Amino acid sequence: MPLTKRLGPATRDAYGKVLAELGATRPEIVVLDADLAKSTRSDDFRKRFPDRFFNVGISEANLVGIAGGLAASGKVPFISSFACFLMCKGYDQLRMAIAYPRLNVKVVGSHGGISAGEDGASQMSIEDVALATSLPGFTVVVPADAPSAEALTRAMAAHPGPVYIRTGRPKAPIVHEKTEGLALGKGVLLRDGTDLALIANGLMVWEALEAADRLQADGVRAAVADLHTIKPLDEKMVADLARRCGAIVCAEEHQVWGGLGSAVARAVGESCPVPIGFVGIADTYAESGDPDALLRRYGLTADRIVEVARKTMQNKRQRQQARAMGG
Amino acid sequence: MQTRLRELTDTARQIRRDIVTMLGESGSGHPGTSLSTVEIVTALYFDVLHHRPKDPAWAQRDRFIMSKGHGVPAQYAAMARAGYFSTDLLKTLRKLGSPLQGHPVYGATPGIEASTGSLGQGLSIGIGIALAGRLDKAAYRTYVLLGDGECNEGQVWEAAAFAAHHKLDTLTAIVDANGFQLDGRISDILELEPLGGKWTSFGWEVREIDGHDLGAVLDAFTWARGTRGKPSLIVARTVKGKGVSFMENNNQFHGVAPTREEVAKALAELA
Repeated sequence: MPLTKRLGPATRDAYGKVLAELGATRPEIVVLDADLAKSTRSDDFRKRFPDRFFNVGISEANLVGIAGGLAASGKVPFISSFACFLMCKGYDQLRMAIAYPRLNVKVVGSHGGISAGEDGASQMSIEDVALATSLPGFTVVVPADAPSAEALTRAMAAHPGPVYIRTGRPKAPIVHEKTEGLALGKGVLLRDGTDLALIANGLMVWEALEAADRLQADGVRAAVADLHTIKPLDEKMVADLARRCGAIVCAEEHQVWGGLGSAVARAVGESCPVPIGFVGIADTYAESGDPDALLRRYGLTADRIVEVARKTMQNKRQRQQARAMGG
Repeated sequence: MQTRLRELTDTARQIRRDIVTMLGESGSGHPGTSLSTVEIVTALYFDVLHHRPKDPAWAQRDRFIMSKGHGVPAQYAAMARAGYFSTDLLKTLRKLGSPLQGHPVYGATPGIEASTGSLGQGLSIGIGIALAGRLDKAAYRTYVLLGDGECNEGQVWEAAAFAAHHKLDTLTAIVDANGFQLDGRISDILELEPLGGKWTSFGWEVREIDGHDLGAVLDAFTWARGTRGKPSLIVARTVKGKGVSFMENNNQFHGVAPTREEVAKALAELA
């Protein structure tokens, strides 16, 4: 079946919508934002439940600390800002007030990745996943599209513990036609294959699907999995894909240091070592620009995934040949 | 009242003895800041707080956060004397497996309301607790003890502005103003005076007292409970190392535990 690109709402829109719905049935939910509610979409909740919404001002450290106190007193705070500000300016507070006491706070970083676009590198988050996964006890989620962002926001609200979820600014292509069975920590196999596994999250899931189509022309049957949860990683799915396909390419809108690729490489190293290729942001910051142009400029495209896939397939063949020669 | 003050004075002396003993036993810790807070902590645990030491999770309890987490030996001693746990536990301070961690840990010790030790964070957490109380229409009050050196941290002032803006009059902060931080005198490192004036300008009701005068400490807490429409702040002027002559205003005892001989000497002074 040929792929048809259909843009859905941004993942931040999906988050805002579900959060406002949850407010009606969950009186213990309180929402805090650091003066970016209109952008993060927590404003949807503010409109319906102004008594349970606090704009703390432009003060991320205080925001996170207050959330810790609310959670210790039985509330379930959802706190949001741009991913870069919340994670970087609130990090020690995330450690002391939420992760260390293991409190039930939902941390929502919007404008994740470089697709934040024209505002430039100071507003972009390319390190949030690395930071969030380093907090003991945290669940870390990067949804690919609006339907899965809705389902994962609901799953996050039902989960009794700290969660970080990254949402995005631009409209996201739909990759999940149905969302039944979507759960934290459980990858979704969108397309099966036997030669290579493309493991992605966020906007890169769509690119991986396109890449799989193009690879088919090379005679490569590529599996595509959405690993929306980086922590806890679906290690069973990753090991299974490594065993069946013998090669993996990871793709993410995040630095290659400490993101999905690093997590997959660790898991594969422990279970079934196979060649892995990495598509992500190199050791650099991005710049201002139109989101699509930026994604192309920094190599976050189906084209780049295909390129890395070919190289990884070559590694796989060389390994196989070496093994055959070695007897 | 005089009898009550005498009892509290005795308790304070006992807590000082506990602090010196437990720090000597652990071989590390922060004597100076623990000793400067003793009257404040004693007043809280033995007079001010509505609490049930045997039921530390009681929903209606007043909350106390030691934001200057390195002062926690004073809190552990007061909690043990108040009946939260056995005084025998005090000698396990800072030892592997002990519930009495080097800095306070939420969940490790019953009655500890927040994990602190990374300075500047306790007031924000206290605000969250006070806000939850307001949302739940609960009657409890929240108390947060800060160090004066801790007020170097920007987060303290983010929190100060927030609490005043939201008129959190169930929140009381105390600054243990002993005039020192790790590397020396606050006035030499980063001047904070006029300390009370800063909090006033942020929208708090402020009272300044001698932090070792138990009667004044009790009066200040009564005043704090009566404030309406604003959070309240007590600037408690204290002496670092108070009660042990060779530790008083001697910043060598900021983060160094007393030797066995020093413990004996200190306990003789605190007899």
